[in-house]
Amino acid sequence: MENLVELTGIRKSFGGVRALQGVDFALRPGEVHALLGENGAGKSTLMRVLGGEYVPEAGTVDVGGAPQQFRGPMDALDKGIAIIHQEMALATDLTVAENIFLAEIPSIIAWRDLNRRAKDLISSLGFSISPSAIVGDLPLAHQQVVEIAKALSRNAQVMVFDEPTAVLSMRDAERLLGIIRTLRDRGVGIIYISHRLDEVFRIANRITVMKDGASVATVERNDVEIDDVIRMMVGRSLKALFGEDVERTPGKEVLRIEDLSDGSRIKGASLSIRAGEIVGLGGLVGAGRTELVRLIFGAERAKSGRIFLHGKETKIGSPRDAVRAGIGLVPESRKEQGLVLDFPIRVNATMSKLSPLVNIFGFMRRSAEVAAVEKLSTRLRIKTDNLNDPASSLSGGNQQKVVLAKWFHADGDLLTFDEPTRGVDVGAKSEIYSLIKSLAAEGRAVLVISSEHIELFGLCDRILVMREGELTGSLEPGDYTEEKLLKLAMVNTMSQAEAIATH
Amino acid sequence: MTETARPRSLNISNILHRYGTVAILIALLIVATSMSNVFLTERNIINVLRQSAGTSLMAVGMLFVILTRGIDLSVGSIAALGSVLSAILIQDYGTGLSIAGALVAGGACGLASGLLISLLKLPPFVTTLAMMTVARGLSLIVSTGQPIQMGDAGSLITDFGSGLIGNIPYPVVLMIVVFVVSGIVLTFTRFGRLVKAIGSNVEAVRLSGIRVAFYTTSVYVISGVLAAAAGIVSTSRTGIGSANIGVGAELDAIAAVVIGGASLMGGRGGVFNTFIGVIVLGIIANMMNLARVPGYHQQVFMGCIIIGAMLLQYASNWFRK
Repeated sequence: MENLVELTGIRKSFGGVRALQGVDFALRPGEVHALLGENGAGKSTLMRVLGGEYVPEAGTVDVGGAPQQFRGPMDALDKGIAIIHQEMALATDLTVAENIFLAEIPSIIAWRDLNRRAKDLISSLGFSISPSAIVGDLPLAHQQVVEIAKALSRNAQVMVFDEPTAVLSMRDAERLLGIIRTLRDRGVGIIYISHRLDEVFRIANRITVMKDGASVATVERNDVEIDDVIRMMVGRSLKALFGEDVERTPGKEVLRIEDLSDGSRIKGASLSIRAGEIVGLGGLVGAGRTELVRLIFGAERAKSGRIFLHGKETKIGSPRDAVRAGIGLVPESRKEQGLVLDFPIRVNATMSKLSPLVNIFGFMRRSAEVAAVEKLSTRLRIKTDNLNDPASSLSGGNQQKVVLAKWFHADGDLLTFDEPTRGVDVGAKSEIYSLIKSLAAEGRAVLVISSEHIELFGLCDRILVMREGELTGSLEPGDYTEEKLLKLAMVNTMSQAEAIATH
Repeated sequence: MTETARPRSLNISNILHRYGTVAILIALLIVATSMSNVFLTERNIINVLRQSAGTSLMAVGMLFVILTRGIDLSVGSIAALGSVLSAILIQDYGTGLSIAGALVAGGACGLASGLLISLLKLPPFVTTLAMMTVARGLSLIVSTGQPIQMGDAGSLITDFGSGLIGNIPYPVVLMIVVFVVSGIVLTFTRFGRLVKAIGSNVEAVRLSGIRVAFYTTSVYVISGVLAAAAGIVSTSRTGIGSANIGVGAELDAIAAVVIGGASLMGGRGGVFNTFIGVIVLGIIANMMNLARVPGYHQQVFMGCIIIGAMLLQYASNWFRK
């Protein structure tokens, strides 16, 4: 069968970091080809090359057997390649029809015609959405349908779905998979990126696994099991990745929250964590996990509810209150929230607790600081020649270790991690896991948010699951399956999705 | 992904970045010396420094503000308020209290701006624009729009304005002291470190448990106090408190800081380079006076030279690519 698209030997680097090192990838018409790999494996970069966003340093992109040099995303779209973005690239203030035909809107608009064509496209996908509705008012699932219709209007022969179900309820995810099957049967080639392996195994014909910027293997779906794919993604057995488990006995309760709410996203959450315990926080993207942790840390103001630390009610109105009470937060985005990138590693590592490094006149005690940071750097194995270099000079994994170092330095007894290994290579990942475990072994309480289920399963003593701002349940290690987690993450959403659809 | 550690090399970009301001100064010195044989006399140099004293105080305050990614447009007006208040208060309360009163008033203006900016999250540009009008208005009200003669009560202040240590005028000494102290604060203290860090990434600093509002407010207070001090320096030279001084002075202060290589996006800039920035502005004005360039023409030249200096700063970014 002739390939719709063929990528050969694609290379791409960003400032010395090789994001893609000679990747081959082919897509046949009428297949769903899943592209798997950890965060940072190079999936998105590869798709951006295919979508004309990045120009590769080496390698060729063939479409329908002819080599191409895309001049940009519009050029790629003209050649029939559409990327359905994770964050939707729609103009939220415009109508459905305007969005679908955005690129070809004439200077005088025949509204009736435009709306009719939009309606036809959408109903061919099995949905009915008013073409004159404002896109920003639509539920996410419908926005995604609009985006697909937009691609169809351009006669896309290749569609790339990047984590399309991450923000959808179970029911909407099902409908989306239905659409993808319809497109596949029409002969469209689908590239499907997802972290949900069960979903991938239901829909894919072939699977390509990427790791560290290279393609590990391309296999027929029927030839492999989920475990095989995980091993290909991680490059080592899970046991090796998460390291030895130290015996830990949970001690006294460190944190308890009761009915914590921010008045909008978080609707009364209660949980407790004991010393020496690693508790996971699972759920879909947008379930409110980040918001909940930010409430506990005082980064957002709570409207109601109570926080108890070591059994004593504690008012936390700001991150400063939280840090003083012994709470640390490794935030979701290390570049925007975790680090002052242009500043030295040394300065970043101590920012959480400067008082022991300052004399009574407010002068920094340089030698004390250097000693403290050297100790941290050794313990966390931060790879750098000079701790005075800016944090931006480090690789992603080492940058993340600097964020961790900040909280090791603050020496609190409750540490919260929001996606601690996002964009980090496997080696650093494994090190971060053992650092998190060592924190718990020292008797600190740890709360970890992760969208990678493997990570939660490998790291946590129990997993709390959130859905739409509420905690819906708890899993013990015996129950650690993707299915059980997703059920808790999505279950009641179905009735709500029903309500939206019939509304 | 592979581990990469970028070595700190001495490439053109870094050199321009670090020494660009000094290069501008050296170029100016060469041009000025060759244009006029009066320029490099002790008297003229001291004159340049003396005339720069007021601007330099405001520029130091401005530097603190700009480091946090803010801006303070009210310094010229606060200088006027400081000038007027010191001249009025001195009649009844004596030298010490009048200076203190003027400085406190300047600090209060800065405190008001700072609290609005840090607690209510108002944009610094608009907030200090409003403070600029308020402070100017206040100084006109207090002085009823008339110049205020200090007379004999102000002899200590006028002595300061005209006196010398060795050959160096007191205002120049004050300027140097302020620069040195600020340099020490910015380089060696927690305060200086956090002020710069806030300008570079306020969210990361806040999430480290730092009282961002305190530091943000403080820089506007510092700026206000220094602006009032600049007003007193002006009064000390003329013996007159005037509500009309310092019009447009905020722009000179900003220009000096920016010529000194500080980034208006915060986090980057230093006291030494700001000092050079002030001196560069002073020399340009002095050169044009020596060359008898008419006043109106001077403004046009000044603007062009500021743009030229900026281009040189930006050249360091171009070389980076």
